Amino acid sequence: MAMAMTIRNAASRRAMNPISADFSLRSMSSWWKNVEPAPKDPILGVTEAFLADPSPDKVNVGVGAYRDDNGKPVVLECVREAERRIAGSSFMEYLPMGGSVKMVEETLKLAYGDDSEFIKDKRIAAVQALSGTGACRLFADFQKRFCPGSQIYIPVPTWSNHHNIWRDADVPQKTYHYYHPETKGLNFSGLMDDVKNAPEGSFFLLHACAHNPTGVDPTDEQWREISQLFKAKKHFAFFDMAYQGFASGDPARDAKSIRIFLEDGHHIGISQSYAKNMGLYGQRVGCLSVLCEDEKQAVTVKSQLQQLARPMYSNPPLHGAQIVSTILGDPELKSLWLKEVKIMADRIIGMRTTLRESLEKLGSPLSWEHVTKQWANTKTG
Amino acid sequence: MDSVFSKVDRAPEDPILGVTVAYNNDPSPAKINLGVGAYRTEEGKPLVLDVVRRAEQQLVNDPSRVKEYIPIVGLADFNKLSAKLILGGDSPAIQESRVATIQCLSGTGSLRVGAEFLKKHYHQSVIYIPKPTWGNHPKVFNLAGLSVEYYRYYDPATRGLDFQGLLEDLGGAPSGAIVLLHACAHNPTGVDPTSEQWEQIRQLMRSKSLLPFFDSAYQGFASGSLDTDAHSVRTFVADGGECLIAQSYAKNMGLYGERVGALSIVCKSADVASKVESQVKLVVRPMYSSPPIHGASIVATILKSSEMYNDWTIELKGMADRIISMRKQLFEALQAKGTPGDWSHIIKQIGMFTFTGLNKEQVAFMTKEFHIYMTSDGRISMAGLSSKTVPHLVDAIHAAVTRVG
Repeated sequence: MAMAMTIRNAASRRAMNPISADFSLRSMSSWWKNVEPAPKDPILGVTEAFLADPSPDKVNVGVGAYRDDNGKPVVLECVREAERRIAGSSFMEYLPMGGSVKMVEETLKLAYGDDSEFIKDKRIAAVQALSGTGACRLFADFQKRFCPGSQIYIPVPTWSNHHNIWRDADVPQKTYHYYHPETKGLNFSGLMDDVKNAPEGSFFLLHACAHNPTGVDPTDEQWREISQLFKAKKHFAFFDMAYQGFASGDPARDAKSIRIFLEDGHHIGISQSYAKNMGLYGQRVGCLSVLCEDEKQAVTVKSQLQQLARPMYSNPPLHGAQIVSTILGDPELKSLWLKEVKIMADRIIGMRTTLRESLEKLGSPLSWEHVTKQWANTKTG
Repeated sequence: MDSVFSKVDRAPEDPILGVTVAYNNDPSPAKINLGVGAYRTEEGKPLVLDVVRRAEQQLVNDPSRVKEYIPIVGLADFNKLSAKLILGGDSPAIQESRVATIQCLSGTGSLRVGAEFLKKHYHQSVIYIPKPTWGNHPKVFNLAGLSVEYYRYYDPATRGLDFQGLLEDLGGAPSGAIVLLHACAHNPTGVDPTSEQWEQIRQLMRSKSLLPFFDSAYQGFASGSLDTDAHSVRTFVADGGECLIAQSYAKNMGLYGERVGALSIVCKSADVASKVESQVKLVVRPMYSSPPIHGASIVATILKSSEMYNDWTIELKGMADRIISMRKQLFEALQAKGTPGDWSHIIKQIGMFTFTGLNKEQVAFMTKEFHIYMTSDGRISMAGLSSKTVPHLVDAIHAAVTRVG
């Protein structure tokens, strides 16, 4: 019945509207006939499947978004308060291409330290980016444009989207050993061998803390050795820091790897994200920074980063940046945020302990030591 | 340690944003900023629509709202409503599920994602863009890997459309070439084809299988009517053919900084549209994973409430009417002053911008002597004018035209 109506309507539309009678458009086939259906995203596809499942017992341990003990998403109190202050109070003008200056300033303090000499000396080229993905992509595009012969060394395994990002930026990829399946820990010697064997001046992607997906991080001592070897090989260290504060509960602690590299004199790059540690996932707030030789070079590099952002989205979104600068710019809200981050981190650490103990209590023949060990590295010196 | 980036050169200042920088540095009380591509009230202030404020409050007061990642393609209801807005609620393309709509970062983001999709999946990688066009257009397409060609558009002699040139250039394009079309209120000239001319363009393009890529940044903002401003897009879609459309809510909802927009790809069948959408996701994921939630939530809130939608159309008409009134006032004042030349293009052109026809030297003179800030191509933003400042601008134009070459 519905089909007949559709045909009838289409026919009468054609009769009334001579346009579509011209040029046999209806007999032309689609330009997109040969487009294949794309595979589902391996991570986001899990959530799609979860949502489609009617079972009351379902558990989603797929996507990396925080849940409270009732399995519900959480909006931080400091964020709610920031939003209350923002609503109705500001214009919605375009941000500069490099994003919110205030938000970037506060964000650099988190990564480089409140009293960082690099901030004081204005040596950091930094732009607001579309969360961690956007920061990594901007850096990859920048790397392609200004170090066109270079490759990126990516750990095995890593967040699957890292491969997509550098591939779409047209930067060739190599891998380096990272995870040791037997120990379920770090393959430190494999990692150091790969770093040593890479050609001088190679670009390496490092997870600053809470390695995704393994949860395995080098110890501070191991980071120092990695840094020394990087120095000898003149490698470029690009840190993806998506979990600062969220890993140990202490933002300064979680930035230790970065601070070690800075102390050793490396000119690093950093991608920072507020998706997890401020729960701002869908707001897409992050920051890309590149430490330069001097202020002049920082201005130059920033201008070029902006040239890459302009033809991608012109300027970054306002709202999430306003939330971040409202919180970090107000001592009370900042202190509330630090408390709330610690609560989230502690709950997750508690879940590790509970999971491990429960499996052991059930008499599992396998070792589940790694479940808590993968966190424990963030606590040891 | 030496930086690996020590050979990087400083990028040039953005020509448009540089105007505002210079304006801000000028202490003169008579200064006028006509470079800005954002709406200003009669008092020269930015405007947040009342209906936007209401939507904002609704969102902030709703404790059930969370900040989770939204899908790669964006908010579902935002996408549906955006397609409806540009194509019309009764569009067969929508009813037949032939439209893939993806929330993107305003117009720029929609253009870039669409261009990247075309580079990957379309058999032609050349795009024809009008001369002149928005300065960012060629950069967007180049970075997506498309090659850019120009078609004639603006005729400086008439300050109108070079229609013959346009037809010749599009007629000479290779079969299947992509063609960028400004849906209405061409930026920077304000010159639009008439509906008869649009019909000729459509027929020519379909006969050569040229693929239309519409940039719709001013729907409702140009004439004051959402339907009128969508007319060019809708006639193309009505003929059953395929096209791409980049929509922006920056101006018509005043959501500039929130980066809200949508890319719609109108396909031949629902099956194709679904496959196309899945491939667009692969473009988005390595760029920014998923779009920002806030601005799209505001838009969806407004579009899905018939009351708020109505209120929006009234505020939108208010903005468009003020700009149209500024055009009229400027034109009449130039007439009254007896400024030499034909200034009728000011009222014939449409949208936020007017190509005055003033040359670089005249513009520099106006900036120096009268503190008028505008881009050196002679473009002025009508939004930056008010009834109070029209006389000063008229004095400046008059002086420039009579004293400078």
